[in-house]
Amino acid sequence: MTGTARILLVEDDPQDVELTLRALRSENVRSPIEVVRDGEEALDYLFCRGLYAARSPDQPPTLVLVDLKLPKISGLQVIDAMKSNAAFKSIPVIVLSSSGEPRDIAESYRLGVNSYVQKPVDIMEFRKSIRALAQYWLEVNRSPFAQKPLKLQ
Amino acid sequence: MPGIRPYSIRQKLTWMNMLVSGAALLLACMALAGYELADFRQTLERRLSTQAQIVGTSSVTALLFNDPAAARNTLSALRAAPNVMSAAIYTAAGVVFAVYSRDGRGGGVPGQAVTPAGTEEHRFTSDQLILTRAIGFQGKNIGTVRIQSDLHEFNDRLLRYTGIVGMVLAASLLAAFLLSSVFQKATARPIMQLAETARVVSREKKYSVRAPVTGNADEIAVLITAFNEMLEQIQERDTALQAAHNELEASVERRTAQLEAVNRELESFTYSVAHDLRAPLRHIQGFAEALREDCANTLDPTALGYVSRVVDSTRRMDQLINDLLGLAQVGRQEMHFRPIELKNLVEDVAREVAEECPGRNIQWHIGELPVVDGDPGLIQLALYNLLSNAVKYTSPRDPAIIDVGTKRDDGERVIFVRDNGVGFNMKYAHKLFGVFERLHRREDFEGTGVGLATVQRIIHKHSGRIWAEAEIDRGATFLFTLEPRA
Repeated sequence: MTGTARILLVEDDPQDVELTLRALRSENVRSPIEVVRDGEEALDYLFCRGLYAARSPDQPPTLVLVDLKLPKISGLQVIDAMKSNAAFKSIPVIVLSSSGEPRDIAESYRLGVNSYVQKPVDIMEFRKSIRALAQYWLEVNRSPFAQKPLKLQ
Repeated sequence: MPGIRPYSIRQKLTWMNMLVSGAALLLACMALAGYELADFRQTLERRLSTQAQIVGTSSVTALLFNDPAAARNTLSALRAAPNVMSAAIYTAAGVVFAVYSRDGRGGGVPGQAVTPAGTEEHRFTSDQLILTRAIGFQGKNIGTVRIQSDLHEFNDRLLRYTGIVGMVLAASLLAAFLLSSVFQKATARPIMQLAETARVVSREKKYSVRAPVTGNADEIAVLITAFNEMLEQIQERDTALQAAHNELEASVERRTAQLEAVNRELESFTYSVAHDLRAPLRHIQGFAEALREDCANTLDPTALGYVSRVVDSTRRMDQLINDLLGLAQVGRQEMHFRPIELKNLVEDVAREVAEECPGRNIQWHIGELPVVDGDPGLIQLALYNLLSNAVKYTSPRDPAIIDVGTKRDDGERVIFVRDNGVGFNMKYAHKLFGVFERLHRREDFEGTGVGLATVQRIIHKHSGRIWAEAEIDRGATFLFTLEPRA
């Protein structure tokens, strides 16, 4: 296992994908970011099957950003599948959702997410959140997958 | 009547039967015995009179010839009559002529006795009958005979009668008792069964039981039939009531299900407002910002100005959605009532509101406030809205004066928030608490028009009322209660 960060972004809305990537890049996050468009694809990616059958299972993502409202398999189901699987259990999962509903937050934490961020409408606020996330999860936090600093200056 | 209650109707009937028959029998026996005894007394009198007559007649010669021995001899014939205690013959002058006494001592014989010619008189004492009779000869009174008889015979008879009456009475009472216990079954048992049925009905609320019908046509049978009919009616009514109750419950259930469905719909609506409406807004904002950042060089100032307005509008739209969601959440939220120290809470909220607008000169006058029962989170939100409103609409004042206090209004405890701000025209007071209703232009005062609607919803959820009094440029007062009107 190499010490490079690999971010998996699970987001169906292309606009949101673009804005999230833009925010990550503007906060100087240079780690490879894999984008999948629904819950099914996310699970395919994780379990190296379907479209991702050729992917090496030795390279799991080191951080997962997941939206809750996704076609086919929902974000909560993806979280559940990951957190109840020994291989993916310790990968930090961060919810990025438009919802600030107490119900959604409570359910996400019940399933074991590591962080929950409500996407603000204001892009500047969103960037602040992304900056804080990157700083904590990619720099401050130590995880079994990220052994060395990942953020390039 | 506590003395009567412990006796059952069965006992009462027995007592009644025995008393009635006993009294009747006693009266009859007493009348009979009275008659018999009176008759016997007369017989005694007559016998004594006859004896006196015989003695008198037999003594005439003795009296005429002054031969007391012969008279004594005559008197001694009375020995044959055991009831005669003593007898005496007197001369016409009333002097004792001859005496006889059963015990031979001559006791109890008075020394003198005179009786008018041709008369006889008798006298009953408690234990004696005394008869005196004139002795006449050829129309002349020549002496008196006096016979004293005891009432042994009479008393024996009296005793015997009493014994017979007593025995008859006892025997008849026994017979009456036995007979009445046979007959009372026919009378008392249906009543007792009726009473037992009534007890079961009242104790177990069981209306399906019926008192057993006797088959007679007496008043008790009428009573039992009427009672059973009453039970029938109650049972019918009960069934109808239960059916109505079930129907009501079913309809409540239906309504609840409908309400729940509507609620779910509303919830999914607010959920999609939160997510689906916000997403495009976020995109508009994000790309407008991207345009401003990435294409600043190619856009002229006018274009950049428009981009700023797009960004401002999206922020405002976001604010509206947020407030609306907050309002919806207030409506949906479950209430957790707790006692709230209103004064402490108002002071905390006032501090928070004041910190949000540094540089303002605000004088807070927070009077005594009660401890109220309410949901602390919701009450805090309501107070926050009211106080920040007061701060907002006093922005042209220096100093701004905000009073919070309580007063009695028609017996009701009213809490008020009064400011010296710009006020409003009471003509529009009815629009005050409507969602998105605003009484001021946005360029004068910021706001979405959801705050007071939220406050009203919170107050209503606490069964209270809220209203306002104001005058243009003379400040506004918001008044509310936190409990239902008594």
